[in-house]
Amino acid sequence: MFRRKLIASGISMMLGAPLSAFAADNAEMLQIRNEIRSMKQSYEARIEALEQRLQRAEAKAGKADNRNAQAEAVTAQITSSAPSSVSNAFNPAISLILSGTYSSLSQDPANYRITGFIPGGEIEPGTRGFSLAESELIVSANIDPNFYGRLTLALAPDNTLGVEEAAVQTTTLGHGLTAKAGRFYSGIGYLNEQHPHAWDFVDAPLAYKAFLGRQYGNDGMQLKWVAPTNTFLEFGAEAGRGSNFPGSERNKNGTGSYALFAHVGDDIGTDHSWRAGLSWLHNTAKSRTYDDLDSAGNMVSNSLDGNSRLWLADFVWKWAPNGNPAYRNFKLQGEYFRRQEIGDLTFDTVNLASIDRYSATQSGWYLQGVYQFMPRWRVGLRADRLDSGTVDYGSVNSANLSAPAYNPSRNSLMFDYSPSEYSRMRLQLAQDKSHQGVTDNQLFLQYIMSLGAHGAHKF
Amino acid sequence: MQRLLKLLLIAVLGAFPLPALAALNILACEPEWGALANELGGNKVTVYNATTALQDPHRIQARPSLLARARNADLLACTGGELEAGWLPILLRQSGNANIQPGKAGYFEAANYVQKLEIPARLDRAEGDVHASGNPHIHTDPRNIALVADALAKRLSQLDPDNAAHYQARHRAFADQWQAAVLRWEKQAAPLKGTPVVVQHKAFPYLSRWLGLQEIAVLEPKPGIESSSGHLSEVFAQITRQPVKMVLRAAYQDGRSSEWLAEKARIHAVSLPFTVGGSAQAQDLYGLFDDTIQRLLAAAK
Repeated sequence: MFRRKLIASGISMMLGAPLSAFAADNAEMLQIRNEIRSMKQSYEARIEALEQRLQRAEAKAGKADNRNAQAEAVTAQITSSAPSSVSNAFNPAISLILSGTYSSLSQDPANYRITGFIPGGEIEPGTRGFSLAESELIVSANIDPNFYGRLTLALAPDNTLGVEEAAVQTTTLGHGLTAKAGRFYSGIGYLNEQHPHAWDFVDAPLAYKAFLGRQYGNDGMQLKWVAPTNTFLEFGAEAGRGSNFPGSERNKNGTGSYALFAHVGDDIGTDHSWRAGLSWLHNTAKSRTYDDLDSAGNMVSNSLDGNSRLWLADFVWKWAPNGNPAYRNFKLQGEYFRRQEIGDLTFDTVNLASIDRYSATQSGWYLQGVYQFMPRWRVGLRADRLDSGTVDYGSVNSANLSAPAYNPSRNSLMFDYSPSEYSRMRLQLAQDKSHQGVTDNQLFLQYIMSLGAHGAHKF
Repeated sequence: MQRLLKLLLIAVLGAFPLPALAALNILACEPEWGALANELGGNKVTVYNATTALQDPHRIQARPSLLARARNADLLACTGGELEAGWLPILLRQSGNANIQPGKAGYFEAANYVQKLEIPARLDRAEGDVHASGNPHIHTDPRNIALVADALAKRLSQLDPDNAAHYQARHRAFADQWQAAVLRWEKQAAPLKGTPVVVQHKAFPYLSRWLGLQEIAVLEPKPGIESSSGHLSEVFAQITRQPVKMVLRAAYQDGRSSEWLAEKARIHAVSLPFTVGGSAQAQDLYGLFDDTIQRLLAAAK
C-alpha cells in the first residue's frame, strides 16, 4: 500500500501537472501529496537529529584534542621555563641607543664660547650638517646576590669609544643603603644622572655646559641612604678621582673631588609629583689648562691650580591627569648653580707664563617645561641664563685678561614625536647668545631609538 | 656632638610621617593585588597601591613617593611578567631594601602562579610592546585571582609566621566566598557566551576566555601603539562584515577611539573598571567583577 502510493506519487510527480488534470480523484491526490510531505519532514528531522549527534560527538573529540593540546602547551611551557643549560642563558641585558642629528648653525661651532666662563668639557653645540650623535651600548645584570653591574659605552661619531659609566652597586645592604663604585654620573642635581638619550632637549642646559662641562662623571664611590619615611628623603655622598672638569688630572693619591647631595620628594594627590634637591660639589684642579682669548683677541693657553666649589639647587614637578602620563602630561624642571673658584692662574703657559691669584663667583640657571598635549606629541620650552658674576684675575693678569660683564643666555623650543615607547624624533630651534655680541640661530633635527632590553627610566 | 647629631636626626625624621611599624608593609604595584592583600591580611597588613585604576600600569614612573614606599616595604606584590619593566627595576635598585629583591620572600609576582595566554611565538618589537612571558593582565579572570590568593596567603604566612593562623583563616574564608561569587558571576554572565566584541588594548584575553567572549578585532594596531585613523577604518570595515556587540576598554584608557567606532558602527562602547577603583561600584574585588559583568550584560542587550 505504502509502496504503491509512493510509486503513484512518483509517477505523478514525473508526469507533473498534465497528469493531475486526468486524475480521477483530486481528493486522493491531495492525500498522497500530504503523506509525501509528512514523510519528507520526518526524514529531514531524523537526518537533522543524526547530524546534531554527529556534531556533538565531533565537538567532544575536538575538546579532547584541545585539552591534549593545552596539556602539551603546559608541558612545553614548563620545559621552556626550566633553566636552559646553554652557556648564554646568563647573558646580561643589552640595550642599544641609536641617535643621529642634523644641525644647522648660523655661527661656526669652532668659534663657540661662553663669554666670561672658563671653558672645560664638551661645550660646543656639535658639528654642522648631518652627524651621528652618540650611540650608547648598555649592558647590565645582577652579578651575584649582592651586586648589580652596568656598563654604558658611548660610541662617538668620530669612531672613538668612550666608557660613560662602568659601575657596580650593592643590592642587599638593606636599611635604605646603596653603595656604588666605578665610573658613574654623579647624583648631584637633577639632570646630571640622566643619560643624553633621556634628555628632553637635544643639548644640555647652558649652566651644565658652563659649570660641569656638560655632565659630571667621575671615577669613585658613592653611598646613598633613603630615610625610612613615607616622604622620599635621600642623602648621598661621593668621593672620586675628580679628573673631569671642573677638576683635573692630578697624579696624586687620595681623592680629587667630593660631593654631597640630598633629595626630597612626594606626591600631591594623584595628579602631581615633585622632587627637590640640594647638592654640593668640591673639586681640586691641578694645571687645568684651557684655551681662551686674551683682551687683545689672541688665542692663548692658560692654566689654573685651585679649588672649585659648586652649589646646586634643583626641582622637578610633574603633572598628569589622574597620574596617568600616557595621554597628557606636563613636566617643569629647573636648576640653579652657583660656583666659586679660587686659585692661581697662569696666563699664556707657552710664552709669558705669568702667575697671579684668580677668584670667581658665578651663577646660572635654566628652567624648562615640556608638555605632552596628545599621545606621542610633546612641545617644550627652555630658558637658559648665566651670570658671569665677579671674576678677579689679580693685578698682573688683569692686564691681559678681562672679565666682561656679560650674561650669556639661550632660548630653545622643542617639538618631539614618539611613534612608540622606543622611538622618538625631535625638532629643536634655539637662539644662543652665549658668546658676547654673537647670536647663533640653531636648528636641530634628531632621532633617538632604543633597541633591545626594555630600559627603566628614573623619575 | 654625637648627641646633637642624634637629636638633629630625630628632629628631621620627626618632621616626616614614618611608616606603620606593627603591621606588614605591602607595596602593591596594581590595585587588584592591594585589594587581595587586604582581603587576606586584614588588620595585620598596611597596603599602599603604587598605581590607581586610572593609570596605565605600563607607563608609571618611578616617582619619589614610590621609592619611599619601596624602601619601607616588607612585601612587593606585583603582576610581574614584565608589566612593570619600565619602573619597578628603578624602585628595586634605588630603594636600598634588601628584602624585596627578586628571589627574596618579599618579592611576589602574581603572574608566576597562573597559566599565561598569548605567549608570543616570535619576540620582535615590530610586533609592538609584547611581553615575552605572555599577556600580563591575568587578573581579569577571577579564577586566576583565586590561584594568586593561594600563593599570596602562603607568602604572607612565610613573611609573618606569628600571624600565619590569621592569614590562613582569612584565606579559607576568602576562598570559599570567592568560589561562590565566581559561580554566581558565571551564571549571570551565561548570556554573554559567544558575544563578539572588539577590544581597545589586549587587556582582556583572560576575561574573554572566562566568559566566552569572542575578540574579533583590536583597536591598537600593535600592543601599546595608539590606534591611527587608518587602522580604525580597517577595524570598522571588518566589523561591518563580521558584526560585533560592543567595544571594550579599560578605565585608564582614553575613550576617543572606542567612542568613534561605537558611534559609527552603532554598537556600545563599554568602559570596564579593569581593576579595583576603576568605577564607583568597583570598590573591592567583588565589586570589580559585579560591575564588570553588569556593564557587559547591559551592553549585550
